[in-house]
Amino acid sequence: MIEIQELTKVFGQGEASVTALDHVSLTVQTGDIYGIIGMSGAGKSTLLRCLSLLETPTSGRVLLDGRDIAAMSGAALRGARRKMGVVFQGYNLLMQKTVAQNVAFPLKLEKGWQKDAVEARVRELLELVGLADKAAAYPAQLSGGQKQRVAIARALATSPETLLCDEPTSALDPLTTQSMLKLLRDINRKLGVTILIITHELTVVSAICSHVAVIGEGRVAEQGAVETVFTAPQSPVTRQLLNREV
Amino acid sequence: MAEFLEQYGLLLAEGTLETLYMTGAATFFAYVLGLPMGVLLTVTKPGAIAPAPRFNWVFGWAVNILRSIPFIILMFFMIPATRAIVGTSIGATAALVPLSVSAAPFVARMVEQSLEEVDKGVLEAAVCMGATRWQIITRVLLVESVPSLLRGLSICIITILGYTAITGSVGAGGLGNIAYRFGYQRYQTSVMYVVIVMIILLVCIIQTIFDAAARRTDKRNR
Repeated sequence: MIEIQELTKVFGQGEASVTALDHVSLTVQTGDIYGIIGMSGAGKSTLLRCLSLLETPTSGRVLLDGRDIAAMSGAALRGARRKMGVVFQGYNLLMQKTVAQNVAFPLKLEKGWQKDAVEARVRELLELVGLADKAAAYPAQLSGGQKQRVAIARALATSPETLLCDEPTSALDPLTTQSMLKLLRDINRKLGVTILIITHELTVVSAICSHVAVIGEGRVAEQGAVETVFTAPQSPVTRQLLNREV
Repeated sequence: MAEFLEQYGLLLAEGTLETLYMTGAATFFAYVLGLPMGVLLTVTKPGAIAPAPRFNWVFGWAVNILRSIPFIILMFFMIPATRAIVGTSIGATAALVPLSVSAAPFVARMVEQSLEEVDKGVLEAAVCMGATRWQIITRVLLVESVPSLLRGLSICIITILGYTAITGSVGAGGLGNIAYRFGYQRYQTSVMYVVIVMIILLVCIIQTIFDAAARRTDKRNR
């Protein structure tokens, strides 16, 4: 379970400061696929960067199974990070490494992985994402969708409990988006991984999420079950989002 | 032609070997010093993986100051240090000390530039995977930048090759020394011309080898 409590992030100081996140609170249940939707500049990406601790929150807590990751450092923090896979919009693959080496990368950061075990794990993951035949290819030889599949396999390598996805389909065409969403749903069902998706696309949320939080101007405008929020939107931000897409 | 080769062939071959020795060894030591300096310059920048802005500022200036001392002055300035390290201040091996020290800050800036090219997103991905700083340096920064580092290496080798000619004029041997002794002091310009052609050839060969190596290792353009 991920509990975000009163999370605030302020960039800069004094008059020039910008409040990107303003007392954001939400809870993601274990095994859920949770969507966070909002327009550009709403603070979604900052929220994800705070969850993966690429940014330090100004105040508030991020509880992962009851433990505050914002207060961690050093080895404890690195350990917590291995339990949380991150998938980026820009894939962020190692361009000089093969697909197999990219997926093996997080495993090789840990001690105690034998060569055979790494190879077996990589094969297993590549089969899961449907890229078993691309093990020896380099990222530059792959399409956007294939790169994102490699990134998902890599994020799952250390068997994380949570997968954080930052606009995972925003750079992909509609067809590839559909197959990517199907893959994420399969992963959620097969492995029981909690998935948190940041997106600006309503279709992504309605296709696979069970719960959603609508973010506007750094605040949670509305949250709840997807059907409820999308059929009877309460906040102006949600209405605006829904109208824009129609 | 045959007469020329008979008279100077051995001398030129010896000079070429000496130049290659000085260039190779000085480049090696310059990287031993300069590579860690370049890594340090990169990772201590604000917002980098081991930010230390004040150290970065001081260290950056130290590198700039070292770089701004003209080589010929540094060479004389370092004579006592050279004697202490090598035992003599004359000869090809002695020339390695000022050559390496002078090239190190240059190498540091070349390395820094190569490491800066590494996609910040990839570094963030490594952080998210729980990599330590050392792992990020050795497995991401220095691996992703290999093609660029190789291109930088070729520039450094060629620059150092040029500097060995300066050391040659003060008794360090090599092709520079031959050009100076025969071409300048004895007015045997034909020797000087041959030396110039040989240095041009060396530079071309080095550049070609490293261009090919950089292209071969780069997996981005396939």
